Amino acid sequence: MPIVFLILALFTVVMAIGTVTARNLFHAALFLIGAFFGVATIYVLLEAEFLAVSQIIIYIGAIATLIVFAIMLSRSMMGREAGGYNRFWLAAAVGAAALWSLLAWVLTTVSFPVVNQPVPADAIFQIGTGLVGPYVIPFEVASILLVVALIGAVMIARERHRQR
Amino acid sequence: MDWSQIDLRMVGALWNQAWQNAGITPPLLTVINWVVAAVVLLLVGLNMVIGLIWLERKIAARIQDRLGPNRVGPFGLLQTVADALKLLTKEDITPTEADRITYNLAPALAVFHVLMTLAVIPFADGVIGADLNVGVLYIVAFGSMGSMAALMAGWASNNKYALVGGFRVVAQLLSYEIPLVFAMMIPVLVAGTMRMNGLAQAQGQFGGLGWYVWVMPCAFFIFLAATLAEGERAPFDLLEAESEIVAGFNIEYSGMKFAWFFLAFFLNSWVLSAIGTTLFLGGWQGPFVDRIPALGVVYFFAKTMVMFWVLAWIRATFPRLRIDQMMDFCWKFLVPLALVLLVGTAILLKLGLPSPFDGLALLVWNLVLLIGGFWLLGKAQHRAVYASKRAFTPQLPRL
Amino acid sequence: MLEQYGFIGILAIIAFAFPFIGLAVAWLLRPKRPNPLKNSIYECGVETIGETWVQFRAQYYLFALIFVIFDIEAIFLFPFAVAFNQLTLFAVFEAILFVLILAVGLIYVWRKGALEWQ
Repeated sequence: MPIVFLILALFTVVMAIGTVTARNLFHAALFLIGAFFGVATIYVLLEAEFLAVSQIIIYIGAIATLIVFAIMLSRSMMGREAGGYNRFWLAAAVGAAALWSLLAWVLTTVSFPVVNQPVPADAIFQIGTGLVGPYVIPFEVASILLVVALIGAVMIARERHRQR
Repeated sequence: MDWSQIDLRMVGALWNQAWQNAGITPPLLTVINWVVAAVVLLLVGLNMVIGLIWLERKIAARIQDRLGPNRVGPFGLLQTVADALKLLTKEDITPTEADRITYNLAPALAVFHVLMTLAVIPFADGVIGADLNVGVLYIVAFGSMGSMAALMAGWASNNKYALVGGFRVVAQLLSYEIPLVFAMMIPVLVAGTMRMNGLAQAQGQFGGLGWYVWVMPCAFFIFLAATLAEGERAPFDLLEAESEIVAGFNIEYSGMKFAWFFLAFFLNSWVLSAIGTTLFLGGWQGPFVDRIPALGVVYFFAKTMVMFWVLAWIRATFPRLRIDQMMDFCWKFLVPLALVLLVGTAILLKLGLPSPFDGLALLVWNLVLLIGGFWLLGKAQHRAVYASKRAFTPQLPRL
Repeated sequence: MLEQYGFIGILAIIAFAFPFIGLAVAWLLRPKRPNPLKNSIYECGVETIGETWVQFRAQYYLFALIFVIFDIEAIFLFPFAVAFNQLTLFAVFEAILFVLILAVGLIYVWRKGALEWQ
């Protein structure tokens, strides 16, 4: 079992590294899709299958497509090279190293509570009752958030349209 | 021979026993079983496509009052094999400066996403690759991967028309995924489970009348329309039709790569028919299936073929929709219809009516929505036609 | 339950490798005679002039965004659908409120004309 986790985690990390180092933006988006898929497999290992399929449906199906469309909207289509480095690379490297060491320190010294109970067989049923039970306020707030995002997107797109 | 005693599980037990006698222990044995099951599933799917392509060509031909393939093999049955061999040996013309990796990855991804959905289709009670707790969402997940494959194909070809075709295909696939998901949610609502086998089992009451298509025809209609669009079939195949934007995102593909797209298209149609059968037509349910479990396979294939036949029939009959008509139909008709259907179904089922009457109430609600929806659609079309005619000939009589 | 995903994993590996095997077989069997004319990009029979550049309309992005919103809504509604049979009417009303808020969003988008395909 740990070996499966190691393989999947390695796959995810390799895909993530590919995302940030790819020369071509479209390739970076493809690596990102691979990273999302890797995260979904790790959710499966945690027996959170609803979360895994939601990850694939929303991140790979919707958000990755959105990212690809945003890439194509923002630059000339067949532009190949995306210029990997600019003049601030030293500051960025220092910042990334600092963040990494902070995260490593937190993860190794803080003792996170571990849930030892097995995942219930009717987990999705419990999520369902939870969403309209104890967690109904976040549920409704989520819908308002989604509508706000929708209205915001339409407003911004309409303005762009009028500016043309 | 007592047919009710023959159970596919007995065959499985014998198989496991044979391997264990040879000294292969459970962890490795499970993996071997998985590999065998996966290969069998793939072979079933791929070999079925040969029959499906022949069937679709014959149906389209007969509806168009011609014969269809009838030269290669008896009744032209080997035509698809000949086509496959041809595509296998054709030269693969890769356009200059096409992105190699993405160009090769796109057809593989298209086939991959369809083959993965085969894992959760119940061929009989218990005869399913993996009866996941999230079966329905698993199908939606791998369906959404198909749109990525189309986008990659369009981008990698380094061709304007392929790219625009790719964008439009993705817009179509994404848009129609919403009504598809909502239409699949309604049987889940009634059955209370997302497991595909569970959905088939839940349709066993009242003999053949327990199928969800009798209780929720509106949901079945939404599912059918969304299936046609998700499978890029007519009347929604503007983007792939040969006479349109020159075959869309797969212009620059030839040989085996094109064959993979072609195969993915037909297998996708079949898989969507199988899903519709499981969700709405009772899956493997049928007479005597509780006594002879193997009959489930027969019923399942019969129903799926009927649904595939209906899809091919629709393809040969209707003209294409324009892309703006397609988008309007999705967002302005199907999505509101699905939402209203969902809300009404949820309220109706909680009113606490006794057993046959809740089904009847549901049926009435579905029919009201279907008839009302089409009436509204007719009025909107009428107004549009009248408005466009009035622009040219002001002497039309008042309607 | 994890065992089922083991099968899915094995199927994924085999299903992903299979198209490449087919492509490899085709690569062995087919003729390879590239020439510049055949490899040029198809453009209704004429030569491509200038770089390939396409006007990407914001319309596509907007449709994708609307899709994201409704996709998330559908995902939220699935656990509700699974738990439906054991819920009270009040709980069902809460979920219907969720759907109604998003329906208001859809009506807004419709009225603002963002659903038109130009």
